[in-house]
Amino acid sequence: MNASPVLLDVRDLKVHLRVGPVLVKAIDGVDFQVRHGECVGIVGESGSGKSTMARAVTRLMPNVAIGELSGRLTFDGRDILGMPDAELRRLRRGRGFSMIFQDPLGYLNPTQRIGRQIGEALARDAGAGADQARIRTLLDEVGLPDPANIARRYPHELSGGQRQRVMIAIALASDPQLLFADEPTTALDATVQLQVLQTLYRLHRERNMAMAIITHDLGVVAELCDRVYVMRAGKVVESAETVTLFENPAHDYSRRLIELSTRRHTRGAGA
Amino acid sequence: MLRFIGRRALYAIPLLLVIVVLMFSMLHLIPGDPVQALVGDYPVPPAYRQAIEEKYRLNDPFLVQVGNYLANVVQGDFGFSYQNQRTVLSLILERAPRTILLAAVSFGLAIPLGMLIGIACGTTRHPGVDKFWTTTALIAYAIPTFWLGQLFVMFFALKLGWFPTQGIGPMVSRTQGFAWVLERIRYLALPVMAFGIHEGMRIARIMRASVIDTLSQGYIVTARAKGLGRGQIIRSHVLRNSSLPLVTIAGYAFGHALGGAVLLETVFTWPGLGLLLVDAIRLRDNMTVVGVVIFSAIAVVVMNLVVDLLYAMLDPRIRTMR
Ligand SMILES: Nc1ncnc2c1ncn2[C@@H]1O[C@H](COP(=O)(O)OP(=O)(O)OP(=O)(O)O)[C@@H](O)[C@H]1O
Ligand SMILES: [Mg+2]
Repeated sequence: MNASPVLLDVRDLKVHLRVGPVLVKAIDGVDFQVRHGECVGIVGESGSGKSTMARAVTRLMPNVAIGELSGRLTFDGRDILGMPDAELRRLRRGRGFSMIFQDPLGYLNPTQRIGRQIGEALARDAGAGADQARIRTLLDEVGLPDPANIARRYPHELSGGQRQRVMIAIALASDPQLLFADEPTTALDATVQLQVLQTLYRLHRERNMAMAIITHDLGVVAELCDRVYVMRAGKVVESAETVTLFENPAHDYSRRLIELSTRRHTRGAGA
Repeated sequence: MLRFIGRRALYAIPLLLVIVVLMFSMLHLIPGDPVQALVGDYPVPPAYRQAIEEKYRLNDPFLVQVGNYLANVVQGDFGFSYQNQRTVLSLILERAPRTILLAAVSFGLAIPLGMLIGIACGTTRHPGVDKFWTTTALIAYAIPTFWLGQLFVMFFALKLGWFPTQGIGPMVSRTQGFAWVLERIRYLALPVMAFGIHEGMRIARIMRASVIDTLSQGYIVTARAKGLGRGQIIRSHVLRNSSLPLVTIAGYAFGHALGGAVLLETVFTWPGLGLLLVDAIRLRDNMTVVGVVIFSAIAVVVMNLVVDLLYAMLDPRIRTMR
């Protein structure tokens, strides 16, 4: 049970995209909250609008024609949707929100060394020497051995798991209060998945950093999250404490999701 | 990195050999007297005829001839131009610098110009700016250089009299220092404008497409999430990454230009390799033709090598490729 104040408050969010002649209601009236230091899970079938919500909330919408973008979005009491770009950039650079993505290779610049890509995300208040030290500390914190060596490498010279850890280091560079993780382990091998998730969880606890994890894996939710949002077709169909959801799902759709995932898990164990 | 360079250079050698052999074989395909095929349509005195037969081993089997010719070329002996009464090598060495100057100055202007327009179009938030330059670039690129050159001559040279209509200026110039440079520029201006605009618009189009592609990449989202500003994102994430396709295409075009821009040089009577080639073909000065073609091939191959190196410098993924 988490009784800290609300950090991110989303009310009646609507994101309608224009895809050619049709209007896709990717998000259609969603309420969503994350408290300070809380870990929230977002589950739902493919196309239900999980990524779109994360990107709308962090103002990282892709370059598509937007039909409607409305709702009341506050972070730490500040309005996000109407926030001027300069203020938004300041928020991203310090104590704001960060995001990591499913495909770390595509989200790292292939022509730049890791160290530089992390250094870019650091707030510019210290000299270059201090930056190097902070880059190494971050790499160490996300569980990468020999940080000095990693910092000199290019993304293609790392493994998938290492790349995702680098993405996490980039996200942590601004010392965020909230980290969005959009299917952070889907692209990784099963064993690596677990390690990366453990790292995320450790960082969440150590830094008292709120997290919102988007996933298809209800097992992940059961292990890590305090609360869950179940999404379907642009709407939240159920939100509950994790324990409550698993023991007593209120919505039919949630029940089916849980059944599906437990069946998958037992079959996986039997094989 | 050094190994990479070495391997690429090694690949280039067989390619050049094949080109030389091919060109010599084509000389052989010319029907009639092989001596005449080498010398062109000139009456040949018997003594000279015998010298040619000996030098090119015309009475030996074909393979011996090819080997012999290759050996000559490797030593820089491209033969003798009967028409010009000079060695082909000395002709090429005289003409090549002029063509290289024209190509280098044209590309030196076209690359920054094209990149600037391409980046402006690809990153602008005003659709009008993009439309204007995209249309301009399309039209300008569609106009052939020789025709654009003729328009420039008619307007800037004949009507306004600002620039000379043709040539590279007096062989022996009385001017010195800065005035000499100015005089050169006056002669260079029109052909460079015609060539540079054409190539610049080609580069602008490639750059625009490439910038748009780069902007849709995931690492641009990451850069935005880091809280970087627009200018910063363009400078540190868009510029280098979207220049990659440009290196290939501009490098190849430049290599091509080093072989001589035939039509452009004809319009401006610019005495470079292109004009040399046209004259040689017209007068059946076959040794010169073959010499210029081999030189062009070398230029293209060398430029491709430079492109590979530049690419490897810009893209670390290539460097580690085995
Ligand atoms: N760039 C885009 N262009 C057009 N439509 C889009 C775009 N991004 C999302 N959509 C549409 O918005 C809806 C929600 O997509 P979204 O990617 O948010 O789903 P998701 O829940 O993240 O799915 P997944 O689990 O597969 O990642 C879908 O109907 C999708 O087709
Ligand atoms: Mg998604």
